Amino acid sequence: MRGWPDVPRASPRAVLLALGLVAALCIALFMTLGVQGSWAFVLPFRAGKVATMLLVACAIAVSTVLFQTATGNRILTPAIMGFDSLYVLIQTCLVFFMGSAAMAAADRRLTFAGETAAMVLFSALLHWVLFSTARRSLHMLVLAGVVLGVLFRSLAAFLQRVIDPNEFAFLQDRFFASFNNPHGGLLMVSALAMLGAALLGLRAMRSWDVLALGRETAIGLGVAHRREVTRIMAIVAVLVSVSTALVGPVTFLGLLVANLAYAVMPSFRHVHVLPAAILLAVISLVGGQMLLERVFAFDTNLRVIIDFLGGLTFIALLLRGRVR
Amino acid sequence: MIEALGVTCRYGATVVVDDVTLRLPAGGITSIIGPNGAGKSSLLSVISRLLPAASGRVLVDGMDVAVTPGDVLARRLSSLRQDNHLPARLTVRDLVAFGRYPHSKGRPTAADRPHVERAISYLGLEAQADRFLDELSGGQRQRAFIAMVLCQDTDYVLLDEPLNNLDMRHAVAIMRLLRRAATELGKTIVLVLHDLNFASCHSDRIVAMREGRVVMQGPPEAIMRPEALREIFDIEASVHEIGGDRIAVFYR
Repeated sequence: MRGWPDVPRASPRAVLLALGLVAALCIALFMTLGVQGSWAFVLPFRAGKVATMLLVACAIAVSTVLFQTATGNRILTPAIMGFDSLYVLIQTCLVFFMGSAAMAAADRRLTFAGETAAMVLFSALLHWVLFSTARRSLHMLVLAGVVLGVLFRSLAAFLQRVIDPNEFAFLQDRFFASFNNPHGGLLMVSALAMLGAALLGLRAMRSWDVLALGRETAIGLGVAHRREVTRIMAIVAVLVSVSTALVGPVTFLGLLVANLAYAVMPSFRHVHVLPAAILLAVISLVGGQMLLERVFAFDTNLRVIIDFLGGLTFIALLLRGRVR
Repeated sequence: MIEALGVTCRYGATVVVDDVTLRLPAGGITSIIGPNGAGKSSLLSVISRLLPAASGRVLVDGMDVAVTPGDVLARRLSSLRQDNHLPARLTVRDLVAFGRYPHSKGRPTAADRPHVERAISYLGLEAQADRFLDELSGGQRQRAFIAMVLCQDTDYVLLDEPLNNLDMRHAVAIMRLLRRAATELGKTIVLVLHDLNFASCHSDRIVAMREGRVVMQGPPEAIMRPEALREIFDIEASVHEIGGDRIAVFYR
C-alpha cells in the first residue's frame, strides 16, 4: 500500500473528538428513542444497560489492543487464545461441584472476585512456565493458549453434558447474560476491578509504545520487556473476567474494534489508539443494541451481529495479508 | 571496554557460542566476520543482553549486562538486529524519536528534537521523514532503524549486519558515518559484517569466528591474508593491496 506523502492527515485529537461525538449520540439516542410510559422507570433501566455496555466496551477494547501489543500480532485476541473459555470452564466447575443452589446463594461479587483471581493466577502460571522454558516464548505462549482454549472449551462442554439439566439451565443463563439484564452489584465490582487495572496500566502507557517495536528493539531501548508483558497479561486477565462475567464471551468484538482503531487513528501511540478502540466499541455495542431493539425488535442477539461483522473483518484481514 | 568472559550460548543442545573470551577496548570500529552459523549474531545478542548466556559474563564498562537495569544500559549501549519488527502507522521521525526513549522516558523535551533531526539528516532521510515506514523501500527502512540507534547516542553501538538491503552508495555512506562517529565522537562500534572487503577497508580491528569460537583477531592486515582467510572461511582468496586497502578476491 503506497501512500501519498502530501495528503494532509487528520490529527489524532480530531479523530477522537469525532468518535466521541458519535458515541455520545448513540448513547443519547439509545436512552431516549421510543420511550413509552414513565420516564422515571425507563431512564434508570436503560442507564443500567448503557453502564454495562460501557464497561464491556472498555474491557474488550483495551484487553485486545494490549494483547496485540504484547504479542506483536494483529489477529490474535484474548478470546481466540481461550481466555474467556477458561472463565466459562471455571464457572462450569463451580456449578458442577458446588451445585447451582450454593452458587445462587453465594454473593456474586465474592464469586466474581474469586474467579478473577483464578484467571490472573492461571495466566501468570502459563506465562511463567513458558517464559522460563521456551526461548521463542511469545509464540509458544500463543500456540499453547490456542490449544488450551480448545481444551477448556471441550472440558466445559463435557461437564455441561453430564450435569443435571436444571443446573445446565442455570449455567446457560449465566453465560448468556446478555446486555438486557445487568446485575447491579456486579457492575460496581467490575468498575472497581477496571479502575485497578487502569491504575496498574496508566504509568506504563509510554513503554507500551516501545513494546510495539518488538522485543529486541524494546530491550535495546531499555524497556524491561518481560515485566511489561507480564503486566499486560495480568491486566488482560482482569479485563476478560470483567467482560465475560457481565455478558458472556464475545469473540470478535475485540478484533473488530482494535483493527478499526488502527485504521482510523493516524497515530501509533496507546494514548490515542486505546481511547479510539474504546469509543469504537461503545459505538458498536450501543449502536448495535439500538438496531437490535428498534429495527430487529429483539429477534436476534447482539452477539450474533457483532460476531458476524467481526468475522468478516477477520477474513478481510487474512485476505489482505496484513497479518504478522 | 566490552569484556566477554567465558561466554557460552546454546539453542537446545546445539552450542552456538563456545566459551568465548573477548576484550574489545573502547573506541574504534570492530568487525566480526566468519562463515554462516559461526555464532557472530548470537555473540552480539548476548553482549546486547537480547539473549541470555548459558554461562559466562559480559561486562560493559564493568557493568554486568545480565543484572544491570535495562534503562541504565540503554543509555550506554545501543544495538540493532538483522530483522526488525515493523509496527504499522509509524513515520520515520516517530521511529527515530524512539532513540531518545532511554533519555526522556517517552516524554520528548526540546533538547531531544535536535538529536532526532541530526540523526535523520546523517542518514539522508530528510525527504522521507514524515513517510510511514511501510511505504519505504527495504534500504530506506534499514537506514531509518540505524538512525534510531544513532539517535540513542550511546558510547557503544552494536550493529548486526547494518549493510543488509543497502545499495553500494548507502553502504559506503553508512560505513563513513560510523567512522566519523568513532573518530570524532569517540564511539565504540561493533559490527557483524558479511562483506569481507567492507570490513577490511573500514575496521580498526577484525574478530574472526568459526564454529562458535574466536579463531583470530587483529588489525585488518593480520586477517586479510590468504592463509588466514582459508582457515576462517575455507576459501581460496588472493589479497591485493589497492590504494592502501587490502582487498580479497574470491569470486571465481
